[in-house]
Amino acid sequence: MIKPYLDVFLKYWGLIVYLAKTQVSLKYRRSYLGLLWSLLNPLLTMVIMTIVFSTMFKNSIENFPIYLMCGRLIFGFNQEATKSALNSVVGNASLIKKIYVPKYVFPMSECIASLVNMLFSLIALLIVMIFTHLEFKWTMLLFWVPLLYVFLFALGIGLILSAINVFFRDIKHLYDVFLVLWMYLTPIFYPVTSLSDDLRRLMGLNPMYHYIVMLRGMFLDGVLPTMSENLICLGMGLATIAVGLVFFKKTQDRFILFI
Amino acid sequence: MDIKEINDTAAVPDEVTADDDIIIVDNVSMTFNMSKEKIDSMKEYVIKLIKRELMYTQFTALKDINFTVKRGEVVGLMGLNGSGKSTLLKIIAGVLKPTVGSVKVGGSVAPLIEVGAGFNNNMSGRENIFLNGMLLGYSRKYLEEHTDEIIEFSELGNFIDVPLKNYSSGMRSRLGFAIATTVRPEILIVDEVLAVGDFKFQQKCQKRIADMMENNTTVLFVSHSTEQVKNLCSRCIWLEKGHIIMDDVSAVVCDKYAKQ
Repeated sequence: MIKPYLDVFLKYWGLIVYLAKTQVSLKYRRSYLGLLWSLLNPLLTMVIMTIVFSTMFKNSIENFPIYLMCGRLIFGFNQEATKSALNSVVGNASLIKKIYVPKYVFPMSECIASLVNMLFSLIALLIVMIFTHLEFKWTMLLFWVPLLYVFLFALGIGLILSAINVFFRDIKHLYDVFLVLWMYLTPIFYPVTSLSDDLRRLMGLNPMYHYIVMLRGMFLDGVLPTMSENLICLGMGLATIAVGLVFFKKTQDRFILFI
Repeated sequence: MDIKEINDTAAVPDEVTADDDIIIVDNVSMTFNMSKEKIDSMKEYVIKLIKRELMYTQFTALKDINFTVKRGEVVGLMGLNGSGKSTLLKIIAGVLKPTVGSVKVGGSVAPLIEVGAGFNNNMSGRENIFLNGMLLGYSRKYLEEHTDEIIEFSELGNFIDVPLKNYSSGMRSRLGFAIATTVRPEILIVDEVLAVGDFKFQQKCQKRIADMMENNTTVLFVSHSTEQVKNLCSRCIWLEKGHIIMDDVSAVVCDKYAKQ
């Protein structure tokens, strides 16, 4: 039952990779620093936010730059992937109207492009680690685990958003607002301990919270994520991508009538 | 016989032996809901809902279309504007899904519905060969092998490494035509695009299409010129207002069509 889908996926895998590659290279085309911006951007933002916030939470957070960058890395990846995926189907309308391609290649390639950009931002994290004399821990080598979970999650959300966007273009603006809210509801620059118990329990519903905590644990505390943490993170990712795929498949035949 | 339905499970053609029915159009109807204006925002939708203006008029573009095309056949489609030719081609290409009925296609389809759909203006001609070829479902390796052939046919020369936004429209369509026909699809859909480039290039295109026809490529050919259809096609289908009026040897259909 799955095999024909897999065959098509493999056939178009080359296209997905190629689209992702062009998106990465087109993003910085004609800028002098090019891909270096994927590195500079998080570095500079980190410097600004550290100056602004470190005075506020100075005592409660150890190594604020790393704390902040772990949070921003995960949240920023999710934000970029989902936002670019949202527009991917409508943005390729002229193509979808003329050639048959499985439509999921568009949100998927956007998410992969965001993943590549994010990997460059990881170098920024490495630089800050050296500057703040963060000692090396073996757990750091597992950094790709939470990132993989976030990728699954973001792809699922991206599939859903890109499909909704075909029928209701308002979703783009709604989602922009929602992202602001989501960012403040995620402990990116404030310590979780500053929240009340009720709020902290509520925080458990925010997938971003789990992913960020996992990455921070590896970098700052040198602890391995527990099995239950892994299961929660993986479960959230898999559930989202499953819902995304089903929703996308159910609606994709009607895309052509609305784009 | 290995013929699959078009959906995302089967845009991939595999072994189909000669003398098969390569396209089976089975009882296809297509209706569109035409609202007076297109609604794409939630605000409009709610306002229309309250005002009870969410009325659709149904428009039937195709009604009960049945036919089969054999491998290697060259079929002309004729009909006035709005007769449903393009809708039918889009259904066969897998772009549109019919409201009723099904279409089975047993081969790779290269749509020439609009030459150069899927070009990216910021990328060079060479990069676009890969982008466009992969969109048509060909592998990177296959395209690498055929790049030189494509560049040669398109007569672009040194312009191939220039971003597409600097191309003239003639250059764009030449490149598009070269890609779609060099990759040797099993089914070629030609929708009035033989007016590509200058007169010399047009001749080249006609020759290329004639070559493909000899090489057992199935061609669906839309044209308003009865002359062209008579010359190129063995069989012709005449559509009017979404119905098939006639389906016969092209000379017979073309004569009737010209007389109407």
